[in-house]
Amino acid sequence: MIKTDILIIGAGPTGLFTVFEAGLLKLKCHLIDALPQPGGQCSEIYPKKPIYDIPAYPEILAGDLTDKLMEQCKQFEPGFTLGERAETIDKQEDGTFVVTTNKGTKHHAPVVAIAGGLGSFEPRKPLIHNISHFEDKGVEYMIKEPEMYRDKKVVIAGGGDSALDWSIFLSDVASKVTLIHRRNEFRGHLDSVEKVQELKNKGKINLITPAEVIGIVGDYEVSAVVVKESDSIHIDKEYEIECDHFIPLFGLSPKLGPIANWGLEIEKNAIKVNNALDYQTNIPGIFAIGDVNTYPGKLKLILCGFHEATLMCQAAYQIINPGKRYVLKYTTVSGVDGFDGTRKEAPKAVVKAID
Amino acid sequence: MEQDVTLKITDRDGNTHEVLAPTDMAMNLMEVVRSYELAPEGTIGICGGMAMCASCQCYVMSDHELPEMQDDEEAMLSEAFYVKDNSRLGCQIQVTPELDGLEVELAPES
Repeated sequence: MIKTDILIIGAGPTGLFTVFEAGLLKLKCHLIDALPQPGGQCSEIYPKKPIYDIPAYPEILAGDLTDKLMEQCKQFEPGFTLGERAETIDKQEDGTFVVTTNKGTKHHAPVVAIAGGLGSFEPRKPLIHNISHFEDKGVEYMIKEPEMYRDKKVVIAGGGDSALDWSIFLSDVASKVTLIHRRNEFRGHLDSVEKVQELKNKGKINLITPAEVIGIVGDYEVSAVVVKESDSIHIDKEYEIECDHFIPLFGLSPKLGPIANWGLEIEKNAIKVNNALDYQTNIPGIFAIGDVNTYPGKLKLILCGFHEATLMCQAAYQIINPGKRYVLKYTTVSGVDGFDGTRKEAPKAVVKAID
Repeated sequence: MEQDVTLKITDRDGNTHEVLAPTDMAMNLMEVVRSYELAPEGTIGICGGMAMCASCQCYVMSDHELPEMQDDEEAMLSEAFYVKDNSRLGCQIQVTPELDGLEVELAPES
């Protein structure tokens, strides 16, 4: 059981900044995120795109913003449970919460801050009528354990970076790799595209474009996929390709997911909070901050998430330390004392007489 | 307002809405749909309008001349589901005076 003061669900910019604000109040944080890396949408969807409305940054790349936030909160030693989705929440008799992930990791905290953005990222599933029968029986939407493809025949579908990168990687592992994409053009990084071209020329990747997988064949497990080749010049061609695994990689899309069943008041796919006070939800002790919440006049902006996180931490302090005195301190005046023993402080003024 | 245009948007439940959209606020079709809440928040414009999620995919039903597709829109549509010949990403279509009378239908959520 992982124990912490504030359990943050979602390691995007709002969740990461919460660690810093909580740290100033000597509260420890632990973050859960379904993605394998921190940063949320900033690192998953648009790491190389600029943001222009972060105060004091005329321009910053989303990926760099994540790095800066990680650096800013580092001395408060946040814990991370990455690649796992928060599944259930159980309120204990003493008012604290136990949050369990889809992999069974348990987290215990007196305060839960949901900073889940648009939800957890789930793979987008292609529209093949019988695909659900073969999930985990040869169909995988994500590659978790590359070794399971050793000496197997693999078909990958998709035209983005993950389809390209995994085709390249598995060409050394699997006995046969077929990459199928609806178009001749690929959207990935140039060097990935070139590498696939090279492997295709060497006969290490069987590339079929423009084509689509339209069916799956198999008794219990996948034994083949049905491929339809179609372009504007030739007559459509349909045929089967024998394979052990079919891996559709069509990107991820966020879904509110299990949080929707936690008994929280939901409106417009977001969690209603008290914005007059502290961004608490209808369940005392559970807060919602950043893009995941809603209130009159809500704006889904990173900078609004930072503000909400700051106010939320003050309320969390009151819950965790009832009645204990505290006044807001300025970091310039008080410095920043990390949990790792480091201290940041403003240099002392130099006092020197003038003769 | 004189610079407004009228758009006919059919939502995912098949209901058609005739809406007014300003041409001077740098809005795109996805944003017009959101401003009238014709699709629930969180189901459209997920990536914010970067042609990176296809949640704003729509079918163009009238024969208006639309801005040509850029590479990123074309690439995204090549990976999206429910794509038809008249599919476009709403976020890539700026609302201009030429669009007056445009008819579109929102593609299913995926």
